[in-house]
Amino acid sequence: MLERLADEIPRFFSWSNMILLGEAMFITLAMTLLGCVLGFAFAFVIAFTRQVPGFLTLPLRTVAILFVEVFRRIPFLVVLFLVLFFIQAVARGTSLFTVAVVSICIYSTAYIADIIRGGFESVPRQQIEAARAMNFSHLQILGTIIVPQSWPVVLPPAVAFMVGFIKDTSLVSQIGVFELTFRARELNNMGFSGMLVFGVIAFLYFAISYPLTRCGQWLEKRLER
Amino acid sequence: MNGETSHHLEIRGARASYGRATVLKGVDLTLSKGEVVALIGPSGSGKSTVLRMVVGLTPPSEGEVRLDGEAVNYRNTASLRRVRDRIAVVFQQYNLFQNMDVLRNVTIAPLKIKKVPRQVAMTNAERVLAKVGLADKLNAYPDELSGGQQQRVAIARALCLNPEILLLDEVTSALDPELVNEVLDTIRDLAAEGMTMLIVSHEMAFVREVSKRVIFMDDGLVVEAGGPADIFDRPKKKRTGEFVSKILRH
Amino acid sequence: MNYTFQWGVALQHLPGLLEGAQLTFIIGFLTFWGASLVGLVMAALKTFGGPVVRRLVGAYVIFFTNTPALVQIWFLYFGLPDVGIVWDKFTCMLIGLILNSGAYLTEIIRAGFISVRRNEIEAAETLGFSLIQQIWYVIVPHIAKTIYPALANFFIVILVMGTSIGSVIGVQELTSQAKDLATVDYRYLEVFTIAAAIYVILTFVASITLALVGRLAFRVRAKIF
Repeated sequence: MLERLADEIPRFFSWSNMILLGEAMFITLAMTLLGCVLGFAFAFVIAFTRQVPGFLTLPLRTVAILFVEVFRRIPFLVVLFLVLFFIQAVARGTSLFTVAVVSICIYSTAYIADIIRGGFESVPRQQIEAARAMNFSHLQILGTIIVPQSWPVVLPPAVAFMVGFIKDTSLVSQIGVFELTFRARELNNMGFSGMLVFGVIAFLYFAISYPLTRCGQWLEKRLER
Repeated sequence: MNGETSHHLEIRGARASYGRATVLKGVDLTLSKGEVVALIGPSGSGKSTVLRMVVGLTPPSEGEVRLDGEAVNYRNTASLRRVRDRIAVVFQQYNLFQNMDVLRNVTIAPLKIKKVPRQVAMTNAERVLAKVGLADKLNAYPDELSGGQQQRVAIARALCLNPEILLLDEVTSALDPELVNEVLDTIRDLAAEGMTMLIVSHEMAFVREVSKRVIFMDDGLVVEAGGPADIFDRPKKKRTGEFVSKILRH
Repeated sequence: MNYTFQWGVALQHLPGLLEGAQLTFIIGFLTFWGASLVGLVMAALKTFGGPVVRRLVGAYVIFFTNTPALVQIWFLYFGLPDVGIVWDKFTCMLIGLILNSGAYLTEIIRAGFISVRRNEIEAAETLGFSLIQQIWYVIVPHIAKTIYPALANFFIVILVMGTSIGSVIGVQELTSQAKDLATVDYRYLEVFTIAAAIYVILTFVASITLALVGRLAFRVRAKIF
């Protein structure tokens, strides 16, 4: 066993393999960041929509709630396949990277929308009543009271979700995006030892995830006054 | 009609409920210009709800509220806006906006809602804050202030709206005893200036001192109304007597 | 979009999908209880163990929460044979999921341990409760009540996120069934939509059940939405 590893290690850590893994790491990070940042923007719109009362916005609110409730209950892998097949049906030739970003975006929108809603609801009712008694409109209350007061509550879990999602994007290997886990399978198929390959890949994920997790925790400490 | 319009604010047969619980069961009440009226009664009697109802935070289910003889339609946004434009509330828990400093707290509504020119709003805010004794706290945030200071900011915030009527909802109840007087002094000054106020309070000595009329409420109804001396020294109703003697013993 | 939905064809696969759903639930159930056991032991070790033990448990949690479950499972499946340990797919998946979820549950359960209030124990002591009685009447109910919402939520997470990983290594749970059955007559979108609906219903029923149990057994107001 050790002999085999000793033999493989120089071959495994070749220049071309390192470039391959470096690119794969970049793709993993890029699709997570892109998907989640877009997701955050959409999530904000959804959470915002849910706060606007009135008869006219009722259909919009229903759609917003359904979107969140449904996509939080479907595995990411299934969302990924649905998006893949749907996009293939409407627009052939779309890149798999795009499919991955769209899936990540949909999924993170649903989760982050719920986080933002929790943040909005954490603002004391009295703050809102005081504003209402002073003739603030709903939009003004949202803009001047609710959003500024809730972002310290929203940001830490939203960041934690995004960082956590880096790991879940390993499932994207299933549709053939050349990210870390896909390359791991490939190297393993090329004959490198599973222990070596998956050990190294696990370490690479750790090297991305752990510092970011610590950053998130630091942010949380900073924001709680 | 003329007789009625002499009342600045008039509440007639008002009922209101929170969810399933009926909190007001037909309240009648009047307030004239420059008058200070106090609402007293045991907790849960509906005093605070009367104030909340007037500004539409807990709209009445029946009965009516008239402002200068004009009935308020709480379902109509324009009508509700007019009421809130003329009547300001100060809450028990101050309810200052936690994300804004003192100056921003008192100027945001004049600037954004009433569209007062910036210079005017600032000058006015500084004047009012000086009046409540907080000229040196303009840039402090609510959580850096004591309860008494926060409540004085809240009063200043209400005054900056130039209200015709000020509603004060147990403004000293959440304060430590040694901070009560600084807030009461502020209200005394306002009364002396002729501010029209409807006050819910448990500070009986203060109520007796500043109010022209006292209204005793119990279980969602007005039990008795009269001058402070009538209510505190010669209550007509048994229930009033019980409450007054119980609370004055403390 | 020139894709014609053919629900009739896809619905013929419903029995197969439901079979997959059954396995999904079983995997979720086994993972949850296995992970709870791991989490309980680890949390106890981390709270009451010596400094070395605490460090080790800490390392376990940090490592497993910062690498993808999928990579962990593949490490077991492709890596362990290098040292002569060969487990079948199902075992690898289950052990991988249990170790992964166990790391998260360690933190959840530990939060419950920490939340026990000294004055409640002191009160029980002064009332003459024995140690066993203190544990049974004061400590356990308190911990249960504190961590129940997080546990209930985590069960749903396992049911959704965790089990779909099975499809990646070929365990015939719901996602895997959907993948296979979709290829029979190329009704990908329809079959995956039905699978998604089953996930929504499955987790929804689980949510409601857990909320009811929480309310009745622990007087917890677990939220369903």
